[in-house]
Amino acid sequence: MFKIVDKEFFSENVVRLSIEAPRIAKARRAGHFVIVKIGEKGERFPLTIAGADREKGTITLVVQKVGVSSRKLAALEVGEYITDLVGPLGQATHIENKGTILACGGGVGVAPLLPIVEAYKKAGNRVITVIAARSKDLIILEDQIKQFSDELIVMTDDGSYGKKGLVTEGMEEAIAREKIDEAMIIGPAVMMKFAALTTKKYNIPTLASLNTIMVDGTGMCGACRITVGGKTKFVCVDGPEFDAHQVDFDEMLLRLNGYKDLEKKADSDYLKSSEEKGR
Amino acid sequence: MENRDSYLKSERAQEWREKLRKSKNNKERTLQERVKMPEADPQLRIQSYVEVNSGLSAEQAQKEASRCIDCPNPTCITGCPVEINIPKFIKRIEEGEFLEAAKVLKETSSLPAVCGRVCPQEKQCEANCFYTQKLKKEPVAIGYLERFAADYERESGKISVPEIQEKNGIKVACIGSGPAGLTFAGEMAKKGYDVTVFEALHEIGGVLKYGIPEFRLPNEIVDVEIEGLKKMGVKFETNFIVGKTAPIEDLKEEGFKAFFAGSGAGLPRFMNIPGENYIGILSSNEYLTRINLMHAADKNTDTPVVSGKNVVVVGGGNTAMDSVRTAKRLGADRAIIVYRRSMEEMPARVEEIEHAKEEGVEFMTLSNPIEYFANEKGQVNKVKIQKMELGEPDASGRRRPVPVEGAEEIIDVDTVVVAVGVSPNPIVPDSLPELEVTSWGTIKVEEDTLQSSIPEMYAGGDIVRGGATVILAMGDGRKAAQSMDVYLKNK
Ligand SMILES: Cc1cc2nc3c(=O)[nH]c(=O)nc-3n(C[C@H](O)[C@H](O)[C@H](O)COP(=O)(O)OP(=O)(O)OC[C@H]3O[C@@H](n4cnc5c(N)ncnc54)[C@H](O)[C@@H]3O)c2cc1C
Ligand SMILES: Cc1cc2nc3c(=O)[nH]c(=O)nc-3n(C[C@H](O)[C@H](O)[C@H](O)COP(=O)(O)OP(=O)(O)OC[C@H]3O[C@@H](n4cnc5c(N)ncnc54)[C@H](O)[C@@H]3O)c2cc1C
Ligand code: SF4
Ligand code: SF4
Ligand code: FES
Repeated sequence: MFKIVDKEFFSENVVRLSIEAPRIAKARRAGHFVIVKIGEKGERFPLTIAGADREKGTITLVVQKVGVSSRKLAALEVGEYITDLVGPLGQATHIENKGTILACGGGVGVAPLLPIVEAYKKAGNRVITVIAARSKDLIILEDQIKQFSDELIVMTDDGSYGKKGLVTEGMEEAIAREKIDEAMIIGPAVMMKFAALTTKKYNIPTLASLNTIMVDGTGMCGACRITVGGKTKFVCVDGPEFDAHQVDFDEMLLRLNGYKDLEKKADSDYLKSSEEKGR
Repeated sequence: MENRDSYLKSERAQEWREKLRKSKNNKERTLQERVKMPEADPQLRIQSYVEVNSGLSAEQAQKEASRCIDCPNPTCITGCPVEINIPKFIKRIEEGEFLEAAKVLKETSSLPAVCGRVCPQEKQCEANCFYTQKLKKEPVAIGYLERFAADYERESGKISVPEIQEKNGIKVACIGSGPAGLTFAGEMAKKGYDVTVFEALHEIGGVLKYGIPEFRLPNEIVDVEIEGLKKMGVKFETNFIVGKTAPIEDLKEEGFKAFFAGSGAGLPRFMNIPGENYIGILSSNEYLTRINLMHAADKNTDTPVVSGKNVVVVGGGNTAMDSVRTAKRLGADRAIIVYRRSMEEMPARVEEIEHAKEEGVEFMTLSNPIEYFANEKGQVNKVKIQKMELGEPDASGRRRPVPVEGAEEIIDVDTVVVAVGVSPNPIVPDSLPELEVTSWGTIKVEEDTLQSSIPEMYAGGDIVRGGATVILAMGDGRKAAQSMDVYLKNK
């Protein structure tokens, strides 16, 4: 059991949680994730470790409510417990001083981007960050990201905040202005697909952090598999970061929908039952 | 071996055994038919996860036990990897001393209720029974009897708690809670060590929990064993991946003096054929984990599972059989085994194959999938199957399947389960660069001691053998405990 010690809503659907997990706080590095399970009957699902405090023995998770499990997690209060939490999982980001980094986060992808931006900055890179969302209220972690970025470009689809346009337009703007040595993209699969196409045009080496469906997170089931450069890879152990220009995003988009109908139904059932309970 | 032989002889010479032998002549014994295991009706059982074999009644067990002629040279024992004193426990059953029979089992096996259910008896003890070897008759039902005695003990509530030596305060760690780890933990606890078992998943039991379905091995049986270990003082830490959650170095600093890696062969293999990543194609690990570990078939759990109407399972081992029978239970109209060799070569337990047939599973042998097709949503809808024939024997001694030129078939599917084998779990070796591994990725150990290239690290079960069996994993756990004890005492 893992105790929640702090909680803050960034928006109606995005919440930050600090959780007591001293071993993970000590062992984790930027890019790692955990698998969480809530309650006896809960499912196992992955979340990036957005930050950690070794002294306090806590880790931070930033969760966007999209379905049953993320809603259950977001509904937990300070003092309550997460039933199961395991990690740190995956390969840590390979951080070194590469020069200028273009870091791009879409939607809740900004959460996992934060520790990476921080690590790049601390390694001496110049960091230009583009964060994007559909509208103003979906922009998260702006201040925290800004703290570790030499420059921050905010984009919204509807122009309600920052500049109007897609993440790729913000990227083009930065690329036109200066030489980028490496790009890092995290966000919804569609966003990553187009962001990868953008950097490919300019031959900028690019990493994407993939958010496939997972079960165990330790290489045991193959639910997370995708094709990279024509070869099957397991995102949980080989990734989650891969050369974005080699990833078959179209396949990944299809695979993400593998359980969509079942999940949608479970979600509407859950919402109905929690309304009945008055939560 | 000398010792063992004289022990067996002196046991056999005991008065009660002599008396029992004389109570019936051998002719009478051997003329009896082998007992039939009572089973749940195939049509009913595929609608639930009820255990297929219901177990022998006391009367049936005693009658079957009377078939055993208590051989002077009990060849059956040579077939058992942990050398259970088979005639002794069987004769205890014949006598009606069921709790005594269970004690005999526990002399060498820590999970008899499990082994009685899942051992490939027809290749081990029963293959070496006098009946099979000399009389060319059906062997004594050693597995059924083993299960009977173990179940009797559990259900009687009179489980004998093993004697525990005085606590010595030495901390040892066990990595993984499958049969290898559980056995190791039990043996070390008996020797007085302070044992902690670290398990990566949220449940204890390894393949016994996440792999083998409840209709073959109810979880409750494994849980009783785990409770027993807890009573003996064994500590369990779930959600703890040794090498990730904490490196071995940290555990050493925390006082652990030696380690046993029983981390299993949990990584699925795929065939790397076109279309294999389409939706609806899963590894047997994913399929069985969703059902057995996450209980996805229960509507009240959050984990979803696909339940197709036309299910193809690729492979011929126990894992394939468990998957295909699970598919039937999830409501498949057609559940088909696609296996590249013939029925004879199929590695699954014979009983499972028989049960699968009773449940309406179809078998396409000498067949191998070579390509998958999907609809516009990426959902698999067809598989192309290559017909095979058997050629020359390969390195394993089995005849190699070779494609029959031009003989292909396309069948409709909506779910495909790939059960073509597993690879060793790389997490422990990856976290210890100085640990020697084979080219297969299994941990290298000394054969007699199971000590690895790191002196304080022992290993056994599937992480050393590749995919093997429950009983071999248990045998390793036991052996490693014995040699680790010697190592720690001489240190
Ligand atoms: C390595 C990794 C790191 C992740 N880190 C974070 C994180 O830090 N914060 C966070 O909020 N989420 C993160 N995710 C995504 C998170 O795991 C999913 O949002 C979560 O599993 C959804 O579960 P659910 O039951 O709430 O929704 P479900 O009922 O499973 O899904 C509801 C809907 O959400 C969408 N969805 C489902 N899974 C994903 C996914 N993986 N990515 C995008 N959309 C999805 C689908 O369209 C689906 O229909 C990460 C995923 C991976 C693989
Ligand atoms: C579906 C299926 C059916 C089978 N049927 C039979 C049968 O009928 N009869 C038979 O004899 N055999 C059968 N087998 C094979 C048998 O189950 C295995 O040989 C046996 O379980 C191996 O035991 P083990 O203890 O070595 O490993 P496992 O049972 O695999 O247990 C290993 C455990 O270690 C954990 N682990 C791994 N790495 C770490 C780490 N770094 N830190 C912490 N924990 C870790 C894993 O999560 C797992 O729980 C079957 C296997 C499967 C998959
Ligand atoms: S443990 Fe297995 S091989 Fe040994 S006697 Fe029992 S069933 Fe036979
Ligand atoms: S070989 Fe068969 S008949 Fe002989 S002791 Fe063993 S089980 Fe009994
Ligand atoms: S999540 Fe199971 S193998 Fe990656």
